[in-house]
Amino acid sequence: MSERQLVTLTVNGVEHELLVEPRRTLVDALRHDLRLTGTHVGCEHGVCGACTVLVDGLPARACLMFAVQAEGREISTVESLSPDGRLNDLQQSFVDHHGLQCGFCTPGMLMLAEGLLAERPAAGREEIREVVAANLCRCTGYQSIVDAVEACARARCPQEERS
Amino acid sequence: MKPAPFDYRRARSVADALGLLAELGGEAKVIAGGQSLMPMMAFRLARPSHLVDIGGLGELRGLWVDDDGLHIGALTTHHQVETCTDPAVLAGWPVLPASMSWIGHLPIRTLGTVGGSVAHGDALAEWCLLTTLLDAVLVAEGADGRREIPVADFFLGFFTTALLPDELLVEVRFPAPAPHAALTEYAERHGDYAIVSAAVSLDLVDGSLRGGRIALGGVADAPVRVPEAEALLTAGTTHPDELGGVFAAAADAAAAAVDPGDDQHGSADYRRSLVRTLVQRAGVQASVAARAVDDDRPAAVPAGARRRP
Ligand SMILES: Cc1cc2nc3c(=O)[nH]c(=O)nc-3n(C[C@H](O)[C@H](O)[C@H](O)COP(=O)(O)OP(=O)(O)OC[C@H]3O[C@@H](n4cnc5c(N)ncnc54)[C@H](O)[C@@H]3O)c2cc1C
Ligand code: FES
Ligand code: FES
Repeated sequence: MSERQLVTLTVNGVEHELLVEPRRTLVDALRHDLRLTGTHVGCEHGVCGACTVLVDGLPARACLMFAVQAEGREISTVESLSPDGRLNDLQQSFVDHHGLQCGFCTPGMLMLAEGLLAERPAAGREEIREVVAANLCRCTGYQSIVDAVEACARARCPQEERS
Repeated sequence: MKPAPFDYRRARSVADALGLLAELGGEAKVIAGGQSLMPMMAFRLARPSHLVDIGGLGELRGLWVDDDGLHIGALTTHHQVETCTDPAVLAGWPVLPASMSWIGHLPIRTLGTVGGSVAHGDALAEWCLLTTLLDAVLVAEGADGRREIPVADFFLGFFTTALLPDELLVEVRFPAPAPHAALTEYAERHGDYAIVSAAVSLDLVDGSLRGGRIALGGVADAPVRVPEAEALLTAGTTHPDELGGVFAAAADAAAAAVDPGDDQHGSADYRRSLVRTLVQRAGVQASVAARAVDDDRPAAVPAGARRRP
């Protein structure tokens, strides 16, 4: 029962081969097998969003995917945002707008927002609010997170490019 | 919690998946997007011995329109429907993309599938309501080939469908266009499953209302149609004032016809008053969608108007 499986995962552009139990979730594979502990894990059943990563460019819950299901897919985690150790513009915007306090929800919020802005660069405040509602934050009250994402969106996609 | 151990098999084709289900027997389960099955496994409400992963079957992914209507492959994600730009889909079934934002949250919709929702058979799932509203046909494939199940024969009760354990749901088909339809619902927080949901589709011909369909979630073990209320959907005009009266009467009839239960989310009386509010709202939104289609403009419903009853 539960024979280990070999999977090939592409995480932040690097291919990894892992031997995992089928019940290993993607978030546990990232954290325990690949030691990429930037991705957090909270509820383990899809409601909190702490584990949000990008799968093929779209935000997804890493606790609601088995590592074996991620074979052949491109995973991006929060570590991909600052490969050279410098904060990217979205991370800097979270700092500037007080978009975090304890930081537990932050990796998930960042990847959620990166996924949103990649798909809808001109997203307005209402859209940002609706998407940010996917993830729980116990500290900030959300306003400052929405501010941070909105400011980054405006900087990346100036007014004249918005339709 | 962590799911209990299981063996994992990746299907390479529909035939391969059906072979695996036959070989592994009743303890095996299909996994598509995993957005319902994985939480159930994490809570250990489900402990399948084997998972047959159909997630890689590209042949079951996508939407297309032909003479038989709109076909949606079982593995098409909620997000693919939400972002669909095919003019034939948007002209015939604008209610489908427009309803997707009610399903959980974006990161759920990117993995969760249309077929998974329907096969799971949650009475509150938006896809169960939409298929019920629009007389969809559910296409199942088993060892003996394909069979088509009308939605009226598909949802049998609490999380129970007509799908057999060794069958795959391969396609959801909407035979007839429904350009004048809307879905609305009420939940305590956006993204939660609804307490009550309502959907309305109107038959508008030459400026008059000639009939329509009303479907409700949250009032029974499976989504229901309300013929008593549908019978009232006639009017000689599409003027907003007159239609408002028609929808109010239909909403009252719907509230009188249902027999919801009490639970921690709301009493039977509360649910009936939600039915009244939501049927009326969905009716108005469906007729607004209709005018927008007639004017060849996209249907604009103010974002804030969607949430509160
Ligand atoms: C936090 C959260 C909020 C959510 N909110 C909502 C909501 O508001 N509304 C809503 O509708 N849904 C909601 N969902 C569920 C989501 O929509 C799921 O995508 C959907 O219910 C199941 O689709 P899936 O592809 O993930 O199926 P899976 O979880 O993979 O499978 C579900 C069930 O269907 C079976 N199955 C799947 N595909 C097939 C097939 N092709 N043939 C035969 N059997 C099959 C599986 O064996 C399993 O029993 C939510 C989920 C989460 C985690
Ligand atoms: S840990 Fe994945 S959503 Fe909570
Ligand atoms: S900053 Fe503490 S949970 Fe969001």
